[in-house]
Amino acid sequence: MSQSKGRFGVHGGQYIPETLMNAVIELEEAYNKYKDNPEFNRELTELLNNYAGRPSLLYYAEKLTRELGGAKIYLKREDLNHTGSHKINNVLGQALLAKKMGKTRLIAETGAGQHGVATATAAALLDMECVVFMGEEDTKRQALNVYRMRLLGAEVIPVTAGTATLKDAVSEAMREWTKRIEDTHYCLGSVMGPHPFPTIVRDFQAVISREARAQILEAEGRLPDAVIACVGGGSNAIGSFYHFIPDEGVKLIGCEAAGRGIDTFETAATVNTGRIGIFHGMKSYFCQDEYGQIAPVYSISAGLDYPGVGPEHAHLHDIGRAEYVPVTDDEAVNAFEYLSRTEGIIPAIESSHAVAYAMKLAPTMDKDKIIIITISGRGDKDCAAIARYRGEDIHE
Amino acid sequence: MSKIRNAFADGKAFIPFITCGDPDLETTEKVVRAAVENGADLIELGIPFSDPTAEGPVIQGANIRALAGGITTDKIFDFVTKLRKDITIPLVFMTYANVVFSYGAERFMKRCNETGIDGIILPDLPFEEKEEFADVAAKYDVDLISLIAPTSADRVAMIAKDATGFIYVVSSLGVTGVRSEINTDIGSIVKVIRENTDVPCAVGFGISKPEQAEKMAGLSDGAIVGSAIIRLLEKYGKDAAPYVGEYVKSMKDAVRKA
Repeated sequence: MSQSKGRFGVHGGQYIPETLMNAVIELEEAYNKYKDNPEFNRELTELLNNYAGRPSLLYYAEKLTRELGGAKIYLKREDLNHTGSHKINNVLGQALLAKKMGKTRLIAETGAGQHGVATATAAALLDMECVVFMGEEDTKRQALNVYRMRLLGAEVIPVTAGTATLKDAVSEAMREWTKRIEDTHYCLGSVMGPHPFPTIVRDFQAVISREARAQILEAEGRLPDAVIACVGGGSNAIGSFYHFIPDEGVKLIGCEAAGRGIDTFETAATVNTGRIGIFHGMKSYFCQDEYGQIAPVYSISAGLDYPGVGPEHAHLHDIGRAEYVPVTDDEAVNAFEYLSRTEGIIPAIESSHAVAYAMKLAPTMDKDKIIIITISGRGDKDCAAIARYRGEDIHE
Repeated sequence: MSKIRNAFADGKAFIPFITCGDPDLETTEKVVRAAVENGADLIELGIPFSDPTAEGPVIQGANIRALAGGITTDKIFDFVTKLRKDITIPLVFMTYANVVFSYGAERFMKRCNETGIDGIILPDLPFEEKEEFADVAAKYDVDLISLIAPTSADRVAMIAKDATGFIYVVSSLGVTGVRSEINTDIGSIVKVIRENTDVPCAVGFGISKPEQAEKMAGLSDGAIVGSAIIRLLEKYGKDAAPYVGEYVKSMKDAVRKA
């Protein structure tokens, strides 16, 4: 009889040092205690609605729809949340849970800085200490977010190990957690890591599809034909998919960062180029070499620049319920510019991967079809990097 | 019976950890031989992993140096075959779950058996996930070595009851690395272990000085040292063997007094 918990098909589990086992067990017990607790949910809803600005809009992108000439396109506007991305949904849930558990300190990893900013924000609001680990490479790509986190009272620790990007920030946050468990909660930012994180983060992000499903039924009187979201670890994607999973007529499409292309080594498209493995506490798909050494991945997007994917996505891929498609840097940058020009909405470079795929898909669909694209974050943070990509050097 | 018992048959054991291929396998061979000649009772051979999440900066550095030198799991198995021509003390691997999983657990354990590896330590494989490799390890007489941590609390008995080979008692919170003080109540943990198994237990994480080794071995069946040895490799590189030999001798002498 299997002792292993938190499985999605063969994926998931708890592949972590013994030092952390009681911490994840304690977290799981606390989560089970509070997840259906009316008082906890009242407090969380209060924070989500009156602090983070939920529900987020489901916006009919009429001009985008007309220009692409196919399916009707709706944008789920997670970019309008306080702090500028979907990350706040999960962070408010976890920070509140940590507070109930008596923890006084939050640690987090961050790639693009969005999760770090969200965690620093929640820590400021809830009077908690906050330390954010960020790959040194990413602190350069996302200097503004580093400043923002410090402004919010968090300590930002640049991680120089390995490729100095998101995976190394996760490793360092895990190492820090093994050093200090008693007063510290590891506020993991994506649907990854050991059980119960993939479940907790998914549940807190599921608010995206809970709202979107009701909003589209209200607007159109029917469900969409496709839901499209970008996937790094996969938190906005699982949040966008979750309440549509039982609706078999709704295609679920995750857009992976292909970097310079899935036929190159400079890619982060895990489902498309990786293989099953065990890393960062979970069994899932990972970019790795023949001996299981984790590959140094690449994407223009610091938030998708991760060599793994959440275990529930790996399972949705295995059973064919969701489809994972690669989108290159170039396609994403084009979409970043296109949505800005067309709708006056500057999407995060991460979300631009989802927009890019929708730009290919929508024209192939009939005009009576409906697509929802999750705009997981806003793109202000990316302007300097995209300008650089286009050969223009601007100082932030 | 587990060959690992031999390491504990003659009093308290001293167990050095050496990363294979740091900076190359010729050096690793010299260092292993120096450790054996100076009283090592069992050697932990590290198979490098790109992202060793349980290691501090010193052992991370060894992993990076070894991988940069082109080390692979296959080269390490060939290296063990060479060592086994004359080295008879128990040898165990220390690596991460993905190294075993990606090689194929059956193929990996079979090669351990053929080359003469007696056990394996996987710091990212807790009790709940043991079944990933436990059956196939048992099939090929490879002891899957359990770890017990300062935070294990009510889990100590459960882990000890199922343990094979030896039990690795993690002395402190955090990752591997030299520490000036160890504050965990090792004695209480070892007491619970003894109530549940006769499998020997050795203490590691943070031990660098002879006094620490003596104290930890006094509370258990042996002392494990990694980072302090890797520091010698960091400092002396290809010339590290005599320094490691001298260090192992001082530590084994300390453990004998325990």
